[in-house]
Amino acid sequence: MKFTRKLLWGVVAGVIAMTTVPALAKTPANILVIANRIDDVTTLDPAESFEFAGSDLSRNVYGKLINFDPQNLAAGYQPDLAASWTVSGDGKTITFKMRPGVKFHSGNPVTANDAVFSLQRAVKLNKTPSFILTQFGFTADNADQTIKLIDDMTFSITTDAKYATSFVLNCLTSTIGGIVDQKTVMTNEVDGDMGNSWLKTNTAGSGAYTLLSWKPNESLTLQANPDFYLGKPHMDKVIVRHISESSTQRLLLEKGDIDIARNLNPQDIAGIQKSEGVTIDSDLRGRIMYISFNQKDKVLSNPKVKEALKYLIDYKGMQDSFLKGQYTIHQAFLPKTYLGSIDDQPYSYNVSKAKNLLTEAGYGDGFEVELIVREAQERIEIAQSLQNTFGKAGIKASITLGTGKQTLSKYRAREFQIYVGAWGPDYPDPNTNAATFAANPDNSDEIKATGLLAWRNAWDIPEMTKATKAAVQEGDRDKRAEMYAAIQRDHQKTSPFAIMFQKIEQTARRSNVKNLNVGAAITAVSYWPVTK
Amino acid sequence: MSPFPSFLSATFRILISIVITMIGLLLITFFIGRVMPIDPVLSIVGESASRATYDEAYIRLGLDKPLIVQFFNFLIDVFRGDFGESLLTARPVSQDLIRVFPATLELATVGTIIGVLVGVPLGVIAAVKQGTWFDHVARVVALIGYSMPVFWIGLIGLLVFYGILGWVGGPGRLDIFYVDMIPSVTGMILIDSLLAGDMDIFWNAVSHIMLPAGLLAYYSLAYISRMTRSFMLEQLEQEYITTARVKGLSEHTVVWRHALGNVKVQLVTVIALSYAGLLEGSVLTETIFSWPGIGLYITTALLSADMNAVLGGTIVVGLVFVCLNILADLLYKVFDPRAR
Repeated sequence: MKFTRKLLWGVVAGVIAMTTVPALAKTPANILVIANRIDDVTTLDPAESFEFAGSDLSRNVYGKLINFDPQNLAAGYQPDLAASWTVSGDGKTITFKMRPGVKFHSGNPVTANDAVFSLQRAVKLNKTPSFILTQFGFTADNADQTIKLIDDMTFSITTDAKYATSFVLNCLTSTIGGIVDQKTVMTNEVDGDMGNSWLKTNTAGSGAYTLLSWKPNESLTLQANPDFYLGKPHMDKVIVRHISESSTQRLLLEKGDIDIARNLNPQDIAGIQKSEGVTIDSDLRGRIMYISFNQKDKVLSNPKVKEALKYLIDYKGMQDSFLKGQYTIHQAFLPKTYLGSIDDQPYSYNVSKAKNLLTEAGYGDGFEVELIVREAQERIEIAQSLQNTFGKAGIKASITLGTGKQTLSKYRAREFQIYVGAWGPDYPDPNTNAATFAANPDNSDEIKATGLLAWRNAWDIPEMTKATKAAVQEGDRDKRAEMYAAIQRDHQKTSPFAIMFQKIEQTARRSNVKNLNVGAAITAVSYWPVTK
Repeated sequence: MSPFPSFLSATFRILISIVITMIGLLLITFFIGRVMPIDPVLSIVGESASRATYDEAYIRLGLDKPLIVQFFNFLIDVFRGDFGESLLTARPVSQDLIRVFPATLELATVGTIIGVLVGVPLGVIAAVKQGTWFDHVARVVALIGYSMPVFWIGLIGLLVFYGILGWVGGPGRLDIFYVDMIPSVTGMILIDSLLAGDMDIFWNAVSHIMLPAGLLAYYSLAYISRMTRSFMLEQLEQEYITTARVKGLSEHTVVWRHALGNVKVQLVTVIALSYAGLLEGSVLTETIFSWPGIGLYITTALLSADMNAVLGGTIVVGLVFVCLNILADLLYKVFDPRAR
């Protein structure tokens, strides 16, 4: 059996020899490597893209008329491809002057023709995110008149009514506001699709990076644009790799094979915290967690009961336990970092105060109530915490679980008592949340305004609706911010919404990576300021 | 007397069986695609499309024609290699498959080679040393390989061999900065890097493939070694073995040439089936090792109701199964004179 043994050893030695390869190199100094989940990218066309990973790419590839400065998000929108703009006396027409000397990746100059083409194209293609533009009255039929070229470097847009300039401009900072290279796009047009099928997998922008390759569910590779008008980015290449497993991302980061891990779960964040050379950043995102009370319900529409319930939520307890690192306490309907957002936290867990309020309302012995909850881990945990704390004041809460579709259809049909919900803003302007949390033009059942959260809760608020409408039309940005702050303070006191938490996202990076900004609640990640 | 020379008629029979199997497969995939409650028109034109646009696309897709006509159109498309466009990747499915299948092929091939190189000797020795400690250890090793959850062994393997020891490359097919540095000819990096003559990339690819391939190999060697053992036991009891021993042949010749030689035929089927199983793509292995293969592709497509991609992937997997079965049949004839 000598041969057998020899063979066996040969195999073993071979396997070991093949696996013992020299230690692996770390990421090169001029390349930024990011692990992220990019399986939600289904199109790269800015007129169509409406997912997180898509916006991340778009923000770095496409210039917009106006944009957020990653180093100073709090300053609000700033000039980007449009160097300046003026607003007509009636507040309906905005005239943009383009920045001279900017070039697309193709080498074509960026002109007003491209801006007009891009906006008209987004309206005419009428894809999912088009409502961000069409809410200002642009339609496929009137786009040629309302979005108008004046000369090579000037154009204007005219809305169907007076809107706050900041509202219109904020919307232009979202992905759909990306300016595409008309000449390049139109040479790739097929069957009058305005280049849509080509732009799904290719790019034609003027941003800091050009797209080198996109392999679906595998990787996105970006190359620095040496002619970027703000200067060549520090990182020559940015590679975003699709790594779906949190533990795999963690391992790669610890080994230094990636620079940034964007989807670590709380366990892995806790585990990696003490690793040498790794830093954790927390960033606010736009998602809000709330509970709301149906105002058709006799008990729940009592103002004292509403207030009492807001005192029966263990905000801090939840934040510090099962929501740790994922949500932070926030009690107003505008996410922090939005124009007009406030940080007021008037409510805390206070059983005796709640009991007093309930006694004043005539429910000193409590009552029975049903929570409808979608079958999602964190929402179930929130509902269980509420069940427990409501019980402290004698309120017997039952929990009814359902699929997202089931609970949502009850909610939309106004057939519920208390809803445990989450809400994500659609575009980076306060109106996206104000229009749904704080406006309800017609509270009748027949109108079926199921898109409005205030209507779903049968909350009739003619005064606040007027205030919200006024805020949408206020031309002055600072004044407008104050108006939203006032609406939110009123909302905190009177509304049937107990807003509880805002989402935070934790990003782990190698400590040598500097100036990474993932975009907070209002925009997406920016790679161009990053150094390492 | 057959009108054809015998080998021609055999080839003809094989061809007929391929055609029938493939038509059956296409028929089933086609009808599954039609039965699914997914509107293929809506997924193309989008939810906000007007009635006119919808109708136009409906007619353009040929959905107004009788089902049998639709099936023939589907057949024609498939034979032209046109599986339609994937919703998820916004590219032709055929282009996606050309990208993902070689990744799985490479992984499954390396996995099967290791599985055979280790599994067959393991099985043979276990049979020869039936009932000894070696046999028991081999059994336990095989059982563990067969019964441990892949994602668990995969993660532990990554942690130990990549995380702690640093012997192998991490998840993915190459270190990130090697990606796209060589032209893709076959889509299999091991071969492409050799074609490009770039040994750095070749060794890097080896270091990345060892762990996932080793994992698949462990799984398949469990099966291969158990089967080898039982085939061998059967042979070793035969009279010709005794005769050979009596004739004074060395034990080595008896076991490895005579006994194993007679087991070859059965083993080919076992190995072919196990290889085909790996070629379907292992979703868990591909997920953990971020290996962009066909298993992950089909699963992702399935979860997002991307029917074109699912059907395209299914047809490829079906084709692979049919081809490997035929290959096993042919090898049968090579190894077993009686089957010729």
